[in-house]
Amino acid sequence: MSNTYLVALVGSILVLAGIVELLRRRQLGEKYAVLWLVVGILLLIFTVFPGLLTGIASGLGVAVPTNLMFFVGILFLVGVVLHLSWEVSRLENETRKLAEDQAILRLEVEQLQRDKQENVTD
Amino acid sequence: MSSKVPAARAIIVVPAWNEQLTVGETVREIRAATPDLPVLVVSDGSTDRTADVARDAGALVLELPFNLGVGGAMRAGFRYAVRHGYDAAVQVDADGQHDPKEVPVLLEKLAEYDIVIGARFSDGDDTYKVKGPRKWAMVVLSKVLSKLAKTKLTDATSGFKATGGRALPVFAEHYPVEYLGDTVESLVIALRAGCKVTQVSAHMRPRRGGTPSHRPIKSMIYLFRAGFALLLALIRRYDTAAEVDQKQARPAVKEGVTR
Repeated sequence: MSNTYLVALVGSILVLAGIVELLRRRQLGEKYAVLWLVVGILLLIFTVFPGLLTGIASGLGVAVPTNLMFFVGILFLVGVVLHLSWEVSRLENETRKLAEDQAILRLEVEQLQRDKQENVTD
Repeated sequence: MSSKVPAARAIIVVPAWNEQLTVGETVREIRAATPDLPVLVVSDGSTDRTADVARDAGALVLELPFNLGVGGAMRAGFRYAVRHGYDAAVQVDADGQHDPKEVPVLLEKLAEYDIVIGARFSDGDDTYKVKGPRKWAMVVLSKVLSKLAKTKLTDATSGFKATGGRALPVFAEHYPVEYLGDTVESLVIALRAGCKVTQVSAHMRPRRGGTPSHRPIKSMIYLFRAGFALLLALIRRYDTAAEVDQKQARPAVKEGVTR
């Protein structure tokens, strides 16, 4: 067993363990949980069986197997980042609406309190 | 009370961000010019005494917890207007650029239109001068928007606007919050929701505070952002049909229900 193989194996197990731990502590939403679990498990599978990547690469006609890995990896990461941007925009919009409504309600409460005070003093 | 048929119930919305020096005078001036209309100052996450000054001057004050930009401030104002059963909202800037004496002129036109813009350089004297890229942007914007509105709109980026009729419930839900959204995109949304837009000429006075940006690089950036905002507005999808119908369906909050 080569040293690099060992490093890769320990690395992927750490990533998978990190994902599971985040899930366990409820720090990762359920909708992301499945996605990251699949990523972690795939990572582990390809580390344990390096021949798999070589096989798929030659099957797809990719000369250097690592290039296939980089390609898929970058594509995946672009997708994730795009999704997060979308998520942030949505959250920002929701926060804005909450802020606006909060301000309106605050004014209404103040008005009600003033009305009440006036009624008492009358 | 009076025998005259009352005009649409209107509210004046003043978006203000850290304008404690000017907002008080502006509110007093508005109240003097239009005593019947309530003034709603939206303090857009101000860190100075804007809210207190406005309250002392006799305005209702919405205090946003953090800065949302003019678009967010105005949407809060529109939402308040719809919730409290107003038919129209007039935007007047806090820096004193807009002459509140011209508010009735805008409101009068609201009888036939959904949005009335107080345009800065329609006809007559134009003391308000712009040049360079900023001007080109304004020319292109007004050309495109005039075409969409099927009427001449010379000053699409004016903040002096009266919103009523079908446009108010649409804006309460969909008023754009991005840069330039409060002017360019909002008009596109309104037009695509079937609202009628027109303009009247309005005088612009020098600001009481703050400085207008006239630096060339800033103007260039403005040109690009305006163009991009327009492009985005034109290709975006909006579901505005629901809000237009909703106006009749949802009863407004009545003031003084507890009495």
